[in-house]
Amino acid sequence: MNLLKYIARNTFRHKLRTSLTVLGMAIVVLAYCLLRTVVAAWYAGVEASSPNRLITRNAVSLIFPLPISYLNRIREVPGVEAVSYGRWFGGIYINEKNFFPQFAIDADHYLDLYPEFIIPEKQLEAFKKDRRGCIAGRLIARKYGWKVGDTITIRGTIFPGTWDFILRGIYHGIDRGTDESQFFFHWDYLNESLKKTMPIRADHVGWFVVKIKDVSQAAEISRKIDALFQNSLAETLTETEKAFQMGFVSMTEAIVVAIKIISYVVIGIILVVLSNTMAMTARERTREYGVLKTLGFQEGFLFKLIIGESLFIAVTGGILGIILSFPAARIFAKSLETFFPIFNLSAKTLLSGLLAATLVGFLSGIFPSIRASRTSIVDSLGHVG
Amino acid sequence: MDEASAQGPINREEEKDDPLIIVKDLHKSYRRGAQKLTVLTGVNLSIPEAQYVVFIGPSGSGKTTLLNLIAGIDKPDKGKIIIAGVDISTLDESRLSKWRARHVGFIFQFYNLIPVLTAYENVELPLLLTHLSKKERKKHVLAALKVTGILDRAFHFPAQLSGGQQQRVAIARAIVTDPTIIVADEPTGDLDKDSAAQILDLLNYLNRELGKTIVMVTHDPRAAKRARKVYVLDKGILRDQYENDLSWT
Repeated sequence: MNLLKYIARNTFRHKLRTSLTVLGMAIVVLAYCLLRTVVAAWYAGVEASSPNRLITRNAVSLIFPLPISYLNRIREVPGVEAVSYGRWFGGIYINEKNFFPQFAIDADHYLDLYPEFIIPEKQLEAFKKDRRGCIAGRLIARKYGWKVGDTITIRGTIFPGTWDFILRGIYHGIDRGTDESQFFFHWDYLNESLKKTMPIRADHVGWFVVKIKDVSQAAEISRKIDALFQNSLAETLTETEKAFQMGFVSMTEAIVVAIKIISYVVIGIILVVLSNTMAMTARERTREYGVLKTLGFQEGFLFKLIIGESLFIAVTGGILGIILSFPAARIFAKSLETFFPIFNLSAKTLLSGLLAATLVGFLSGIFPSIRASRTSIVDSLGHVG
Repeated sequence: MDEASAQGPINREEEKDDPLIIVKDLHKSYRRGAQKLTVLTGVNLSIPEAQYVVFIGPSGSGKTTLLNLIAGIDKPDKGKIIIAGVDISTLDESRLSKWRARHVGFIFQFYNLIPVLTAYENVELPLLLTHLSKKERKKHVLAALKVTGILDRAFHFPAQLSGGQQQRVAIARAIVTDPTIIVADEPTGDLDKDSAAQILDLLNYLNRELGKTIVMVTHDPRAAKRARKVYVLDKGILRDQYENDLSWT
């Protein structure tokens, strides 16, 4: 007989109560892990940002375009290694539910600035040669059953009309953190059409992507780029890609903060539940604790006995919750891939879930341990549980 | 008092002529809200080694309180309790726990076995506080279970045992560490007549054959008759004491 055996026997004294508490803990850890993963998914764009890429956009707002003529002037700024550009298309594939980001890009250079997108060389060449060609991420290609050579029709909303693209390539990410839900086509294709239908909107881009040689010069280069267009009709705002992505996140920061708070609240709820369970358990065993003290066991033993049981329940629930998180995250990711193209359970999230469970287990056992230690033997033995 | 005297063995040869338990001017009261309830007033007694004594008296006479004080599970307001030369009323909680583990075997009215542990494990429990190896613990546990006649139920849980059997396990737990004194609080109070007689026989055996010092509280006149000496308490005062004629046993 040893302490661990005693703890294990105590834990399963009320099988139903213990099972329900373990299940509750598992559900909470599962919810915590999923909520933290949602928060991480929100920041996925920020996390995937490259420090050597700057984004130059209209200083007023991203919705206002910039003239393509800025391209060469930006390229001449010292420290700039390469420049490319893109424009948000915002079309609809079949119906509104099928959302994925579509970008009209500088087909010759844009993807060179994003080495995290891996495209077979032949497919990239085929894309560059075909003005109606497009490249899709592996995620959306799989979702909609697209194969190279398929025609993909997208209905324009910002740029009205029906646009047909030929799928020339499918990219995949360099790692799990790379967004595989994007769709790229030739800016030239869009621009030529605009010249005919809406000439006033032609020869404009949404933003420039600037690759810089020295990351430490990012602020200086940004300042120089913006100085070039000061007092022009379209002043620019240049910032690091990370800051640019953070701008999107900050628009919805209240939601992110709310999700974070909820993730802590669920932990708080299980803390109360487990504390109550342990208090109830310890109260029922008051007389036993009195017997143990009579035999010569001291406060430290009771502390280990009660905290041990509490930790056993919490950590078992925590491990179960983590195991359940994997299939749950897969289901979650599948059903919400339109909103969260990157939805990966990270080791950090799982570890924090397990740590939270351990902390809950420890804290839940403290109050009953103190009570058991402070109750005199005479009072304990006289207790009717 | 040093650690060794709190835990260590007693030199019984040296103290052969001295009483094992000396209670001097013992006072104890409890607070119930604003009310002070006096339970013991100036109790004096001495019990030699290998004695079998019983405290009797009406409910509320203070006999269980006196037993608890002698067992070191409660502290007096005033007075001294000297057991084998150690004044336990001066020990702090930690030392008192160690002292109890080494010197006291406690038998309760309601057995108070741990329900999730087998009879064997319940008896082994006090030995976890010693430095004995698992093998040595096993030897002691089996010996204690054999003495109390419950060896064949060693791996049964308390719920699988009768009241009498549970009390035998509790007695085995009380004697397994070979304590200086065995204190028993109404050990037959929850048992039927036959089981009670068997338990009293067992306590007799422990006292007569193994030389254990037993201090017992009881309401049961049959139990009181088995003791060598009887102390009568009433309203917290030691009213009378007499020795039993045990020739009939």
